[in-house]
Amino acid sequence: MGLRKFIDERIAPHFHEGGKLQRYYVFYEMFDTMLYSPASTTRAGPHVRDGIDLKRVMITVWFAALPALLVGMYNVGYQANLQITAFGYDPIPGWRTDLVALYTGFDHTSAVANVLHGAVYYVPIFVVTYLAGFLWEGLFAWKRGHEVNEGFFVTGILFTLILPPTIPLWQVFLGISFGVVVGKEVFGGTGKNFLNPALVGRAFLFFAYPAEMTGDTVWTAVDGFSGATPLAMAAAGELDYTAGLTGVAGTSAGVDLTWMHTAFGGIQGSIGETSAVVIALGAAILLITKIASWRIMLGMFLGMFVPAVLFNLVGSDTNPMFAMPWYWHLTLGGFAFGLVYMATDPVSAAMTNTGKWIFGVLIGVLVVLIRVINPAFPEGVMLAILFGNLCAPLIDHFVVQANIRRRMRRKEV
Amino acid sequence: MFEHYLSLFIRAVFVENMALAFFLGMCTFLAISKKVQTALGLGVAVVVVLTITVPVNNLILHHLLDEGALAWTGIPALQSLDMRFLGLLCYIGVIAAIVQILEMTLDRYVPALYNALGIFLPLITVNCAILGASLFMVERHYSLGESVVFGFGAGVGWALAIVLLAAIREKLKYSDVPAGLQGLGITFIIVGLMSLGFMSFAGVQL
Repeated sequence: MGLRKFIDERIAPHFHEGGKLQRYYVFYEMFDTMLYSPASTTRAGPHVRDGIDLKRVMITVWFAALPALLVGMYNVGYQANLQITAFGYDPIPGWRTDLVALYTGFDHTSAVANVLHGAVYYVPIFVVTYLAGFLWEGLFAWKRGHEVNEGFFVTGILFTLILPPTIPLWQVFLGISFGVVVGKEVFGGTGKNFLNPALVGRAFLFFAYPAEMTGDTVWTAVDGFSGATPLAMAAAGELDYTAGLTGVAGTSAGVDLTWMHTAFGGIQGSIGETSAVVIALGAAILLITKIASWRIMLGMFLGMFVPAVLFNLVGSDTNPMFAMPWYWHLTLGGFAFGLVYMATDPVSAAMTNTGKWIFGVLIGVLVVLIRVINPAFPEGVMLAILFGNLCAPLIDHFVVQANIRRRMRRKEV
Repeated sequence: MFEHYLSLFIRAVFVENMALAFFLGMCTFLAISKKVQTALGLGVAVVVVLTITVPVNNLILHHLLDEGALAWTGIPALQSLDMRFLGLLCYIGVIAAIVQILEMTLDRYVPALYNALGIFLPLITVNCAILGASLFMVERHYSLGESVVFGFGAGVGWALAIVLLAAIREKLKYSDVPAGLQGLGITFIIVGLMSLGFMSFAGVQL
């Protein structure tokens, strides 16, 4: 227990009563409880003996998102290097690519080069997000006299994973600030908000800076690259669902795009969402530890499955999206990521068990509807989940009311 | 025909939501949204009033005010009379009258509902969503059938929005909102975030 002893003897006294840095106690407390579960327990009333507290829950979610982060980072570098070596695009000029050129060069067959090229884009986004988060969280905690909310730990990583790799860093700062302050802190912090803060930040950027953020063109970190996203190609009817696209069939995108690619990763897109298999790994962690609700996940899957199959059966001559099979809906775009990490946010989702089913199904249905019949947005997962968040309190209200009525009837009999 | 009406209805409820896309009817929307039950009552009242007033105003427009609408009288002087400048005056009068009639009817025949709605019923007169719907009807040249569907849809959309807001406010009752933002301030922020959620429907082509 070297570290514990070090903190207790060398650091803690400065921040406790009478210490020099007493005013900054919240910041000390934040890091201390992140490293060690606090020993203090509830004194009165019923309470559960369990080693897990909110911080441990959040850290589990963070580790569940870690595979998506690592694979996503690799993929950013791989896509950029692939475009540079195989299709003759130029790297985006700047310190990032200077660094890559200096150490590894742009070779898409070299894992080290891919990781480095991904890291030069991802790491600054990550750093800016967490700095902005700690700034706002700390400021609110300090000024309002509560402890630093651990929720940001998760909000931060999820926010970075739904951004495009080429986003300017000031937009990252603006987005996460809006998400944390307006999406969460004005309501009093973790557990008191009604929308997912990461999605609020993302939606803010989406509507404020449509040129960079709408996903009309696919994101790849090379100079002057422009190509349609897989979902946009599907909407234009260019995607063959059985064979996929291989070679340079999708002329502008230039990468292979079969269902296996969308499932295992290796396509272009936002940082963390491209590989459904890695996201499934995160889902397994969340389900085994019982942190995420399987009802929401299954509900959202079924809500996507049924209308997708219905659209397939109905068919349409003018709208190619009608023909997209459910397993493409599952792996393309942000559906898998939203399903696992976003919709299951315990604060903004429905609280009751019946409500979680309804909540999940509502989001799933909405995603398919937006993708298929709303030409204004190529992708609808983010907005569908936000809409689900809006409806969650009402769903809970009616579930609770129904339960009260049922129990009243039982009492009368 | 049915498909056309259905798409008009869905557009009025979700895409062009009175409260969250046009921010109409804000005063009652913000004031009467503390509890789901009362919000629901007000919502139903708004649906009823909108479903009646929009088609009635449509009839007034097409048979009295519009250019050449008085041709049916057969009086030559009225053949090409255009009285659309009186529109605003007529519509608000019609709304006030219909709310009054509705109030008296409910009081006479359904006293239970009348008592449940209480003050909200007369308040509907000054709800800008009601007048807004009539003005949209004029602007978009709806037929009588369309204006019935549009009025009903706009009402349902407004009712949905206020009930959602009420549920969120009930949930946030125990939130630790900063002192300066408590009450209306935080409600404005909630409504703004809600309309962000409703943006998912913007641009739906039906």
